Amino acid sequence: MRTALRLSMLALLALLALAPVVYAQGLEPVLPDPALEQRARELHKRLRCLVCQNQSIHESNAELARDLRNVVRERIAAGDTDEDVVTYVVARYGNWVLLQPPLNAGTLVLWLSPPLLLVTAFVGTALYFLRSRRSIPEAKPLSSEEQARVAELLGEERRG
Amino acid sequence: MRPALLVPLVVFAMVAVALAVGLGLKPREIPSALIGKAVPTFALEPMKDFGPGFSSEDLKGKVSIVNVFASWCVPCRAEHGLWIEVAKTGVPIYGLNYKDRPNNASAWLAQLGNPYTATGADELGRVGIDWGVYGVPETFVVDPDGIIQLKFIGPVDRNALETQILPKVRELQAKAVARAG
Repeated sequence: MRTALRLSMLALLALLALAPVVYAQGLEPVLPDPALEQRARELHKRLRCLVCQNQSIHESNAELARDLRNVVRERIAAGDTDEDVVTYVVARYGNWVLLQPPLNAGTLVLWLSPPLLLVTAFVGTALYFLRSRRSIPEAKPLSSEEQARVAELLGEERRG
Repeated sequence: MRPALLVPLVVFAMVAVALAVGLGLKPREIPSALIGKAVPTFALEPMKDFGPGFSSEDLKGKVSIVNVFASWCVPCRAEHGLWIEVAKTGVPIYGLNYKDRPNNASAWLAQLGNPYTATGADELGRVGIDWGVYGVPETFVVDPDGIIQLKFIGPVDRNALETQILPKVRELQAKAVARAG
């Protein structure tokens, strides 16, 4: 009885684990050639979904994303190179659809600001530590009075 | 006061300005790649009961409005009345019926009125993709050379119609008249 229960639980888990795969692949026709389909999927991951905006069309289940996935498949089946397909989509929707936008005058700030921030942060931190090390005053040697006081205190402690 | 103490304040001010500008942006409105470009070449099938369809050739020789609509699109219903008004002023409006079922689409036009000079059915949404359509309704203003001069994303309200779309139409019409004369 116990084994049967355990087995059925396992089977249920296995089914649940399969669900996303079935959902993603069961609904739309894929290219018969797995190599081409693989290329299409890599391209899907580079293209941004226009409806949900921060998902790629590979991840999105918006209807437009599905249409665009099929457009990519068709272009590939027609013999387009990856770059041809990207150009085709960009001609219609602009650079906005690229999850990794190209480096040009308009995107210079976008591309340069993260490294610039990183360098600024490093330089700032380095300067801070260098300066704080320099600003620690050299310890002055104790005067004879202070030494006498120290000896007294230590002596008291030893006796006590 | 040491100038270094001002650094956090300056950084804060810069971030605040950047964020304030960001708040005003509309991420839903993706700039069209097609402004200033020729309309894509297409030939749309007629809609059921509302023939005869239209093609890129029909958009040449006059200033026209191209409106992407669908019966399943609720905001399209909201802007539809405005198109009926505009149609009465004689501006040609072409209706691109995007990914709709023929029966639903023609019932919708029959019920709400048909402001369109011509309509075409894009059941598979492929012509829509060529136009860079990603959300319905969308509205384009096309000049007499068939160049897309304006794209409006989302439902057109009276303000948008009167401050953006109609001024553009009039501007282009004036230009065309000046060129012809």
